[in-house]
Amino acid sequence: MNWENMALRELSSLEKYLGLKKPNKYSTQGDKKVPVLQNNQGPPLVGLITIACHLVKEAKRSNLLGESAEGRAVVQQWLEYRVTRLDGCTKEDSKTILKELNIHLQDNVYLAGNHFTLADTLMYYGIHPLIVDLTVQEKEQYLNVARWFDHIQHIPSLRHHLPPVVVLRNTIYTSRHH
Amino acid sequence: MKLFVSEGNPHCLKVLAALELTGVKCDVQYVNHEEKVVQFLNHPALPALLLPAGQQLFSANAICRLVLSDPEAVSMADIVLWGALHPILSDSSFTLGEHNSVKTWFDRVAAVHSCQSAVQKVLQGKGLQAMKSYMQRQPAPQNSQCRDAQPCNNNPAEERQHFVSEEECEAAALAWNKGLSSCPAPDRQHPILPQEGKRNVLVTSALPYVNNVPHLGNIIGCVLSADVFSRYGRLRGWNMLFVCGTDEYGTATENKAREEGLTPQQICDKYHAVHSSIYSWFQIDFDFFGRTTTEKQTEIAQNIFWRLHKHGYLVEDTVEQLRCENCQRFLADRFVEGTCPHCSYPEARGDQCDKCGRLINAVELRDPQCKVCRQTPVIRSSKHLFLDLPKLESQLEQWLEKSTSTGDWTTNAKQITHSWIRDGLKPRCITRDLHWGTPVPHPDFKEKVFYVWFDAPIGYLSITANYTSEWERWWKNPLQVELYNFMAKDNVPFHSVVFPCSLLGAQDNYTLVNHLVATEYLNYEDTKFSKSRGTGVFGDMAKDTGIPSDVWRFYLLYVRPEGQDSAFSWADMAMKNNSELLNNLGNFINRAGMFVTKFFEGCVPVMELQREDKELLAVVGWELQQYIQLMDKVKIRDALKHILNISRHGNQYIQVNQPWKKIKGEESERLRAGTVTGVAVNIACLLSVMLLPYMPLVSQIIRDQLNAPQSCVYTMLQGSGTFVCSLSAGHRIGTVSPLFQKLEAEQIEALKKRFGGHTPSTPAAAPAAAIKVAAVEGVDSEKAEQLVKAVAEQGDKVRALKAQKAEKDVIAAEVSKLLELKTQLALAEGKNLEPTSKKGKKK
Repeated sequence: MNWENMALRELSSLEKYLGLKKPNKYSTQGDKKVPVLQNNQGPPLVGLITIACHLVKEAKRSNLLGESAEGRAVVQQWLEYRVTRLDGCTKEDSKTILKELNIHLQDNVYLAGNHFTLADTLMYYGIHPLIVDLTVQEKEQYLNVARWFDHIQHIPSLRHHLPPVVVLRNTIYTSRHH
Repeated sequence: MKLFVSEGNPHCLKVLAALELTGVKCDVQYVNHEEKVVQFLNHPALPALLLPAGQQLFSANAICRLVLSDPEAVSMADIVLWGALHPILSDSSFTLGEHNSVKTWFDRVAAVHSCQSAVQKVLQGKGLQAMKSYMQRQPAPQNSQCRDAQPCNNNPAEERQHFVSEEECEAAALAWNKGLSSCPAPDRQHPILPQEGKRNVLVTSALPYVNNVPHLGNIIGCVLSADVFSRYGRLRGWNMLFVCGTDEYGTATENKAREEGLTPQQICDKYHAVHSSIYSWFQIDFDFFGRTTTEKQTEIAQNIFWRLHKHGYLVEDTVEQLRCENCQRFLADRFVEGTCPHCSYPEARGDQCDKCGRLINAVELRDPQCKVCRQTPVIRSSKHLFLDLPKLESQLEQWLEKSTSTGDWTTNAKQITHSWIRDGLKPRCITRDLHWGTPVPHPDFKEKVFYVWFDAPIGYLSITANYTSEWERWWKNPLQVELYNFMAKDNVPFHSVVFPCSLLGAQDNYTLVNHLVATEYLNYEDTKFSKSRGTGVFGDMAKDTGIPSDVWRFYLLYVRPEGQDSAFSWADMAMKNNSELLNNLGNFINRAGMFVTKFFEGCVPVMELQREDKELLAVVGWELQQYIQLMDKVKIRDALKHILNISRHGNQYIQVNQPWKKIKGEESERLRAGTVTGVAVNIACLLSVMLLPYMPLVSQIIRDQLNAPQSCVYTMLQGSGTFVCSLSAGHRIGTVSPLFQKLEAEQIEALKKRFGGHTPSTPAAAPAAAIKVAAVEGVDSEKAEQLVKAVAEQGDKVRALKAQKAEKDVIAAEVSKLLELKTQLALAEGKNLEPTSKKGKKK
């Protein structure tokens, strides 16, 4: 699965979750294949986060971007975290990220606090390949991340293009490495 | 709302400008770069904003968004981009070329009063220089690694689906059909000397100090890494020489000899043998494992010394030291105790007072006492020689520039070297008032020996000289020889600065290091290896665990600390053994062989390649090429992953094609089963070759079981790597049996307990050797125990103060107390502190 398609597939999944009837036509730019949405109403929108926020507003679900000025800033922060820290991270970084998230999610139900937001969706999409690779012991080590992940992936119509990841506590397990 | 910023931190520019622009009321506190405001983040992140409702913002952009949440989006974007680009665009020497509109826009925003004020607050009028201390604390950028589709990214999708084209499949099938080359396996003839027309590679591993039994961290950092690379190089057809030996001179050996009632030479003989046997158990294939206490060492070291002297690179100076007339020796700082001249604490150490924490010189102590015999030492002046590093600096930098840019230096090696040079080189003392060492031949410095760090690297040369009289063909031959130095990162400055300076100053066309490979630290579980506390596995204990040498090698290489520290974990070793070795690698190789035995009467069947098989050949060939590219660059840990990938592909191939079923079917199905089995067993043969550098014994066993021809070892790793058919139809294999054993949980638990450590005062659990070692090195094990407690308590105190956000000065005082305690603890544990002279001539 190469990176360019991932961003477009995420946007397509997001559209479905938001219930947007007409799927948009995206193009890409640059050799990093950043998604672009050509708008009739003005300059094109460039970038996963920018387009995702636009889709949310289009679907009149702005509450998913935060409920107050503070809440909105926090959501933006986690969206930024997704593209600057999570995307393209090395194996070593991924452990750091899981550790950080695990502490943060100890006292927070969702990334931005007590409400589900776009931050949870995009972080879930972005972190999926990391979680797929974790052994059961590692999922226990990052218990809060596993809890949050399992919760998000079960939200109706959220998980379109991604296979479910088994998050269970069981001493008999199969590793994907067999 | 409280904002935390740090001076010199460019990310603070935009938030301070935003605050001022909107006049939003906010508490601003200036802190150090290390201040962790947002606790859950791994690294400190500044600026950070704590909101009244409890949320925390650690993104400068998000903070700006909040602060500027009402005005037109244009302003916020301007501030955010201006702040981000300020470090580049404010530098007048940076030319934008045709991008005039960018410059115009930037200047316009920069002129805004709030922006100017922010610049003043953050950079304090010092310009970009103010950012230096912030920038130095940032981890090295990883960008080039993560954006490429490099295998070291370890993207699971990459691992599974390397798409191969039609052409690649056909090419792979063609290469496969070529089979093995007929050239015989090269024989290793000693002495190995550089040859015309070959790639001549000289590999050294940092000389282990003879007195210390090496632990797993020492082993992976040095000899094991060098061994893997050397074995690999031989398979590649390079002309390799791998030398190492024990570093035997120095105070610690002298002390140990005194304690054990032996001569230093006898101590060295005894412990050299210990090292030798440990490395032999780990199958380290040195071409020569020597020692530094030889005539050749004296000869070569003195020669280099005289040449440095002749060329004017040595300076003389007088140093005041405490000498114990009773013990007849000059005392290293840790062997002196007295009354602190500042606070009158009666147990001040020779370099620092435990009570008031001030750094002192041993000669300043009141009522000093020799820690060994309790007599009062006297102050004696002693002349010493210093290597004039500043005088050699420009030569060094010129050479470094070339070497680091053309060679495969690890990132940490380059960073450490640059920071040493940036801090400014000072003359370095190369002599000591000791007996056990290489004598200084200069008449004014009789009774003195060379300081071990001047002397020890010369050991590489003398050890080679003991191997062959033609050692100069390796060591004075930079045009024909490529030198690799393997070590842990604490040895880097000596190999990249001090030793090259010695050789450059000697002006004798010495071979200098081309590729400096340094590892980070290997920790043990969640702590460090400690002989005195019995924590961790040491070289001599590994064989008593019942776990085979190859499994130890595999795991240590799997967790080789490359980009950052890593940790040895029993649970992880068991998991890797069971999942990767047993279930992945072992399972595949065993199945392939068993099918040949069971279904084809022990002979490799006929193989008729279909499209699917050719695809597999291409994928395996690609993994092989990645392995070679990585190993050529000494990316040992990453290359290992490709071996495991191939085996995974193999398992999948068998799973999908089900030869055990097809063999019972019709002619065409049986043919299919035969092809799949044949290809599988050939992959097994390839794996055995790729595994050789990592697990030499297992590699040989696989080849024995497959009855593989010797030439397969040298064919497939040539050039960029070709996967050929090495076991053709009709080839009779040997007897197949399982390669690995499962590591059971109980076994691992027991081992973890056994090596889990204890306080030194409980003799029952500790091996007697541990306590003896502790006593000999002047270690106070009881004190160590007390200090461990004190450190823990002080650590808690500091944490509590920080959580309460106590006064900065109060915290700082408690932190420095904590650091002192930690230093004392290190001393009490006998950590190696070399005797150094003060007065700025340290380092």
